Amino acid sequence: MTAIYQLGIAGIRSGIADGDFTAKEVAETFIARVRAAKPLNAFLVETPEHALAAAEATDKAKAAGEDLGKMAGVPIGMKDLFCTQGVETTAASGILKGFVPQYESTVSANLFKAGAGMLGKLNLDQFAMGSSNETSAFGNVISPWRRNDGGNADLTPGGSSGGSATVVSGRIAPAATGTDTGGSIRQPAAFTGITGFKPTYGRCSRWGTIAFASSLDQAGPMAHDVRDCAIMLESMAGFDAKDSTSLDLPVPDWEAALNSNLAGKKIGIPKEYRVENMPADIDALWQKGIEMLKDAGATIVDVSLPHTKYALPAYYIIAPAEASSNLSRYDGVRYGLRDLPDGAGLQDMYAATREAGFGDEVKRRIMIGTYVLSAGYYDAYYTQAQKVRTLIAQDFDKAWNSCDLLLTPTAPSAAFGLGEKSDDPLAMYLNDVFTVPSSLAGLPAMSVPAGLDGKGLPLGLQIIGKALDEQSVFNAGLAIEERAGFVAKPEQWW
Amino acid sequence: MSIDKETVKKIASLSRIAITEAEADAFVPELNQILGWVEQLGEVDTSKVEPMTAVIPNKLRLREDVVTDGEIREKILANAPIAEHGFFAVPKVIE
Amino acid sequence: MVKMTESTYRIQGGTGEWEVVIGLEVHAQITSESKLFSGASTEFGAEPNTQVSLVDAAMPGMLPVLNGECVRQAVRTGLAINAQINKYSRFDRKNYFYADLPQGYQISQLYHPIVGEGVIQISLDEKDPDAHGKAIGVERIHIEQDAGKLMHDQHPTMSYVDLNRCGVALMEIVSKPDMTSPKEAAAYVRKLRSILRYVGSCDGNMEQGSMRADVNVSVRKPGGELGTRTETKNVNSMRFIQAVIEYEAQRQVDLIEDGGVVVQETRLFDPDRNETRSMRSKEDAHDYRYFPDPDLLPLELEDDFIFDCKASLPELPDEKRARYKNVLGLSPYNAAVLTAEHETALWFEQLLETTDQPEKIASSAANWVTSELFGALNRLGVGIEDSPVSPAQAAELLGLVADGTISGKIAKQVFEIMLESGDGAKKIVEEQGLVQESDTGAIEKVIAEVMAANEDKVAQYRDGKDKLFGFFVGQTMKAMQGKANPQVVNELLKKILG
Repeated sequence: MTAIYQLGIAGIRSGIADGDFTAKEVAETFIARVRAAKPLNAFLVETPEHALAAAEATDKAKAAGEDLGKMAGVPIGMKDLFCTQGVETTAASGILKGFVPQYESTVSANLFKAGAGMLGKLNLDQFAMGSSNETSAFGNVISPWRRNDGGNADLTPGGSSGGSATVVSGRIAPAATGTDTGGSIRQPAAFTGITGFKPTYGRCSRWGTIAFASSLDQAGPMAHDVRDCAIMLESMAGFDAKDSTSLDLPVPDWEAALNSNLAGKKIGIPKEYRVENMPADIDALWQKGIEMLKDAGATIVDVSLPHTKYALPAYYIIAPAEASSNLSRYDGVRYGLRDLPDGAGLQDMYAATREAGFGDEVKRRIMIGTYVLSAGYYDAYYTQAQKVRTLIAQDFDKAWNSCDLLLTPTAPSAAFGLGEKSDDPLAMYLNDVFTVPSSLAGLPAMSVPAGLDGKGLPLGLQIIGKALDEQSVFNAGLAIEERAGFVAKPEQWW
Repeated sequence: MSIDKETVKKIASLSRIAITEAEADAFVPELNQILGWVEQLGEVDTSKVEPMTAVIPNKLRLREDVVTDGEIREKILANAPIAEHGFFAVPKVIE
Repeated sequence: MVKMTESTYRIQGGTGEWEVVIGLEVHAQITSESKLFSGASTEFGAEPNTQVSLVDAAMPGMLPVLNGECVRQAVRTGLAINAQINKYSRFDRKNYFYADLPQGYQISQLYHPIVGEGVIQISLDEKDPDAHGKAIGVERIHIEQDAGKLMHDQHPTMSYVDLNRCGVALMEIVSKPDMTSPKEAAAYVRKLRSILRYVGSCDGNMEQGSMRADVNVSVRKPGGELGTRTETKNVNSMRFIQAVIEYEAQRQVDLIEDGGVVVQETRLFDPDRNETRSMRSKEDAHDYRYFPDPDLLPLELEDDFIFDCKASLPELPDEKRARYKNVLGLSPYNAAVLTAEHETALWFEQLLETTDQPEKIASSAANWVTSELFGALNRLGVGIEDSPVSPAQAAELLGLVADGTISGKIAKQVFEIMLESGDGAKKIVEEQGLVQESDTGAIEKVIAEVMAANEDKVAQYRDGKDKLFGFFVGQTMKAMQGKANPQVVNELLKKILG
């Protein structure tokens, strides 16, 4: 029998159903894994009591013969961007240190309702701003993966959902929540050899999730495989009247409809994603992916998304602009840090508090956002970026005339070493080159692990679908998963 | 458009982020690099394009006018750095 | 038709006459149970921070959800001033930092307001509104959130923050700079308030802050280029609005004539000193970085929604005034006074509803309401909605006068008793024996007695001293304790005296 800690959501579900083990045993197993994983710095807060309580509830329900929820007995990691009632929530920032929400985010509440327990709150890039988890106020998250060069350099798990990626790939939690604004689920999933899914904008409620960029933020699952992502997303998603941008649509039964036969499906290969200096490993993987999808019955077509190169610059106007405003509420008045120098007035208190409470990358983005919205620059930057965003969305719409899905690499490189890019913001931003366009268009997209690079590090492929067509994305992901045979796991060195 | 130190200070002030002279100096090239890079958007002809409003077609829903919230002062004040007599307290503001 | 009249309000400066140009931005609290974007109550006067939701306190991850009633009331208000209703509007964030603004931005509408251009007719002469009317343009109406409240006098070194008001829905009604005197500005606010109260979109209560104005003032040589304006914020009474304009106009003229220039700035009115002063604390907040709120989608209105808003509007003051004048035959003054406040008009109409032929009693009823009733209410210090005498009771009283049961003079007496006792007019008249005497025989008998007692005066009258007629009327009425029908007394006296 496979060790419990090696199981994902579906495995735990069937093990509990078959009586192979209890939910409590599952919780205890992972609680011990969490305790042992401190060197990875993935958890900001541990909540074993929460995981145990949920497990006991599951065991009780099972004993009583009640129907179990989709996530019954699954102890998950919760990205610390989701506000959790009674559990400190900081978005990995200093400014929210000590903040204990008096409310539960819709996504975490949905998961708990489905029977999930919580192992703890996961480290991330501060306010989800970053691609390497190096902007956290509470230290870097370290990837369980190491290069096969024997150098033992600490690698990034990617970001911003770096803690989530680390715990799932290190089998410290069977699954974790992520959020994706420009690639924050998909890029870390690719870096750590797990599966990450960003649904259509509006599928998951944003209520109670600390906002980075409102028009882009979407929650999604990070898990072992496609099936686990489907199960978990079904539990996370759903209409929420408290979020005006929430989609008032039923949640499909994605898991039940999983089908890796892609006969009749056309897969577009966007030529603009063939960027300069792309590592040969990644190009080769992309080719492998094309072959796998062909093998699953799909037809491959070349498509063009002509405005792709403008997606990243547009994103780095829109996201900071929204963030600069979303983060204005952190002012030291009602919660979080207050820095009040001697004799300071209200406005001085704001400036001191925000200086002390925000990290460099957050400040940088607030500054950029403030600048592009300021008088005289608004049209040249913000309006132009939103117009370019329209063109990018139109590019996808046109592509859908000739295909059903798009296949691209998830990231332009494998995981890099901590510290390797942290001094060059622009180089860091380029990590999101493949994930940002679909974020700007609000489309569902996932990363599936498909192979290793020459240094033994995981690489992911990205599938992008039409709005609301998560099913086709899941199915194509499954087709790759079945064919890639990705079984590599990081060695447990911690 | 290139920004100078004065502009950096102005942005920091609008953002309510205290910065030192040295930090302001450091921000100048950094912000210029990023802004210079995003300015490539200017190449795109958008004269006949509407700015994006809703990324996925969706309509703004209207809420019914009923009182469903409030009377939770303890929760509202629970995380306050300073709360007194049911109020949040801030350094005295002179208007 | 409304005739445009030239304002004659001028500031006399050392270099000649100056004209004042005024625009008003009126913030009117939309009447609603819950807030614009949260389900917390809007009720006035609650304990601090008890009417605050997580959304109002801008807790992390909280999101706004729009209150449909606030949209409906803004559209109805727009329709009431014949304004364009924008079927597409958006909410924008106005970014600035202040302790009464938890989000760090106010959700407002800059780029696409819900209501476009409209018009408000004002009158400068209550006695004959049509003869001295003026049309004031409304630029736009948009919906926005109110801020919380700071209290500065509770603690020596700290200010206290109460967020109860935070997030309450406001309409900002922006006029064009069409007003040229303090009187016009006051007339505009009065009329706007009247319309809002008719529509029911705002209670117009200036004391509780339900209505307040930002007053934009500039001066220029008559007919010259527009001058630089100042904006005096949050002026919360009709009197203060006029005071601000007078003070600002004079200050600006003095400044310019002394060789200075007017600075475009935000100012604050100090009612104690009756002056305005510069608001330095908000000086750096001029770059508001407006952008569409990404937490909200564009607001798109259906034709049906607008149609229903229109259908729900009551008869508005201008239409009502015209009807009172043209159909009911009231004097311009009475028509204006009775329609200025919705409650007055409703009260008056309830009175008319007691009869099948309202035109017949309208004029006398209008006179009675504007003189007797208003006088009494004034003395008692209550509004018409709290009148101790109901419209039905008033109708009974006026009916007794109309059918000759009591005289007008007795009616006043009866009304006083009604006000005190709450009894009906008929009951009072019967119980106190106040029924008017119209029997010619009885009156003739008294006239004969009066003539007998005043033979000398009878002789003088008959010699041509006509003025003495009043004396005989008075004596007759006095002898009959005021209960004689004065018309009959007059007729009989004329006949008998010859």
